[in-house]
Amino acid sequence: MSLLAGSAGPAASSGWGHDHARKGFFTDTSICIGCKACEVACKEWNRNPVDGNLEILGSSYDNTGALGANTWRHVAFVEQGQDRIEEARESGRKLVGLGMPTIGPKPGRRRGDLPEGDLGGVDTTPPDTPEFRWLMSSDVCKHCTNAGCLDVCPTGAIFRSEFGSVVVQDDVCNGCGTCVGACPFGVIERRDDGTVSPRVEHDGEVPGMGTAKKCTLCYDRLVDGEQPACSATCPTTSIKFGDHDDLVGDAQERVRELHERGMTEARLYGANPKDGVGGIGSVFLLLDEPEVYGLPPDPQVSTKFLPQMYLRAGVAAAGMIAATALAFMGGKR
Amino acid sequence: MSISDLDSDRPPQEPRKGRSGTGRRRRRRAGQVGADGSREMALVDDVQFDSYYGRQVVKAPPWRGPIAVYLFLGGLAGGSSLLSYGAQLTDRPALRRNGRLLALGAVGVGTLALIEDLGRPERFLNMMRTVKISSPMSLGTWILASFGTISGVLGAVEVDRMLGEKVPLGALRPLLKAAEGPAALGQAALGPGLASYTGALLGDTAVPTWSAGRNHMSYLFTSSASLASGGAAMITTPVDQARPARVLAAAGVVGDVLASRAMKESMHPLEAEPLETGRPGQMLEWAERLAIGGGVLAVLGGRSRALSMAGGAALVAASVLTRFGVLEAGLESTKDPRRVIEPQKARLAARRAAGITDDSITTSG
Repeated sequence: MSLLAGSAGPAASSGWGHDHARKGFFTDTSICIGCKACEVACKEWNRNPVDGNLEILGSSYDNTGALGANTWRHVAFVEQGQDRIEEARESGRKLVGLGMPTIGPKPGRRRGDLPEGDLGGVDTTPPDTPEFRWLMSSDVCKHCTNAGCLDVCPTGAIFRSEFGSVVVQDDVCNGCGTCVGACPFGVIERRDDGTVSPRVEHDGEVPGMGTAKKCTLCYDRLVDGEQPACSATCPTTSIKFGDHDDLVGDAQERVRELHERGMTEARLYGANPKDGVGGIGSVFLLLDEPEVYGLPPDPQVSTKFLPQMYLRAGVAAAGMIAATALAFMGGKR
Repeated sequence: MSISDLDSDRPPQEPRKGRSGTGRRRRRRAGQVGADGSREMALVDDVQFDSYYGRQVVKAPPWRGPIAVYLFLGGLAGGSSLLSYGAQLTDRPALRRNGRLLALGAVGVGTLALIEDLGRPERFLNMMRTVKISSPMSLGTWILASFGTISGVLGAVEVDRMLGEKVPLGALRPLLKAAEGPAALGQAALGPGLASYTGALLGDTAVPTWSAGRNHMSYLFTSSASLASGGAAMITTPVDQARPARVLAAAGVVGDVLASRAMKESMHPLEAEPLETGRPGQMLEWAERLAIGGGVLAVLGGRSRALSMAGGAALVAASVLTRFGVLEAGLESTKDPRRVIEPQKARLAARRAAGITDDSITTSG
C-alpha cells in the first residue's frame, strides 16, 4: 500500500482528472536583491496580520524572522566572508546532478573574465565580491509533491488544488495543529496567540483565528488566470512563476550557466522528484548549503513511514490483548 | 568619520565577525595560529554546524497539556476496557464495573481535553467529515468516537445496575441489556487501538524526537496504558478480584522500561537528548522510578489493599509523567535547529556512503 502520490504528479493522484500543468515557483536567489517587495505584496494581497512587535531581530536586514501563520514569504539575509564562500563553492562541486552534465570551472579563465567575441547576449550581472557576500533568499511554502500537512489533516481542510498546489480551507480547518508538526520545512502554522508565536496586539478583527495558515500559491489569483502576488511584484524576476516542468528546466539551465562562470556554489533545492518529499513545487537556486538559509538538508515526509507505523501500532495493540489474556489465565483471584 | 557629541553615549560596539549570525562555530585549524606552542590550540575541529541565526527549522505543533492528558486518558480507557472485558468473562463483577466506569470517565474527559486544545473548538465535528487513512488523527478520532459511544452504553448499564435498576429507562432497559454483550466485545476490541494509535500520531510528524521514535512509540504507549489501567484497577478494586490488573500492570512496567530504552538507543544522540535532559528528562526519569516502584508493589504487595493502592497510584502517576515527558521532549526538540539538521545530514551522508546518491533534495543541476 502506498500513501504517496504517484509518478503522474500530485494533482492527477488527487483525482482531478484533467491535464492542468502543475504550477510552481522557481526562486533564483542569485539575483535576489532583498527588497522584500514579495513579503509586502503577499501580506497585502492575502490580508495577513502583522507578525511580532516590529522589533529589530539583529539578523542582518531580516526582521521578519521566519515563515509562519502570518508570513507566507520570508526573505532571508546571510552575511558571509571569504573562507565561507570557498567552502560553499567546494560543497557545490561535490553535489550530484540530475543527469545534466556538471561543469567545473573552466581552465584558463578566471571568474569575472569577459568571454571573447560578441558580448551582446552576455549576462552582465556583476560577479560577487570575493571577500564578502550577502545571500538573500525569498522563502515560501514548498507545495510538496508528497505534502505532510495535507496527508495528516484529519478534517480534509487541506486539499490539493488543480494546479498541484496545497491549500488550506480556513472555513473548514478546526485548528487541531497536526499539520504544523507534519511539515518538514516548518512552514504551516496555526494563527493564534499560542505557544509558538509571540503574543501580538491586534487592533480589530483578525480573519481566520485559530486555523492553520500558509501560502496558497495565490489560489484565488490562479483561478482568475493571474500569477501570484509575490512573483508579479518581484522586480528582478528572482521569483518566477509558471509551469513546474518548464521552471525546473530553466533552473537547470541557470545552474549550468553559473557553473560555467566558476560559481560552483550554485545548486538546486527541490528539483529532484526522488527526494524525501517527492520533489517540491517551489524550486530554489541556492548559493550555499540549504541549512544556511534555514532549510532542512534532508526533509522526508513522515507519511512514507506510516504503513510501518500502523503495523507497529497493530502489533502493540495485539500485544496488549495478549498480555491481558495471560493476566486473566490461572484461576486464582 | 564624523564625530558628534552623542558618540560618547554609545555603548562600545562588539567587533564585527566575518561569519556573524550564521550560528557557525569552528576553531582555527591546527597549523595556523598557535602551532608554535605559544597558544592553546585545538587538535580537531569542532563539529561544523550551520543554521540560519540559530532559528528553528521545523515548528512544534501547538499542543499543550491537554494533549498529554488525553494521551494518558486514552491509554487508561483502552486498558480499562480490556480489564473489564476479561473480568466479565471470568466473573469478577467489581473489576468489570470499575473498568467500565473508568473507561467512560477517562474517554469522556479525554475527549473534552482534545476539543479544548483545538484552535476552533466549536468546529470539532469537522473531524467527522472524512475518513483518511493517511491521517492517524483521523483514524484515531473514529476509534475514539466509536469507543466513546460504546463506553456510554456500558456505563449506563453499570450505573443502572448499581442503582438497583431504578433509573427510569422504561422500554430502553431490555434494549440496553441486549446490547451489553456486543458492546463489551466492541469496547475491548477498540480499546487497544485507542491506546496504540497515539504512537503513530506522534511518530507521523517532522518533530525530531517523535519522528525518530516512530518505531517504538506505540510499544511505549501501550505499555504505559497497561500499567496505568492496571494501577487504576489496583486503586479501585478489592485485592481478591484485582490479580489480573496487577499482572497486567507488572507486564506494562517491563514493556515500558524496555520500550523506552530501545527507543532512545535507536535515535541519533541529538534526538534522544530531550528525553534525557531538562524538564522532560526529569519527568521521564521519575516516570521510570515510579513505574518500577509501582510494579514491585503490584507483584509483592498484592495481598494488602493499602499497598495495592499505593502501588496503583505510583503507576498512574508514572503513566501521566511518561505522556507529559514524551510530549514536552518532542516540543523541546524542535527548538534547537541542530536536532533537525545534524541527524538529517548524518542520514544523507550514510545513504551516500551506501551508494545511494540520487535522492538528495539538493542537486547540482
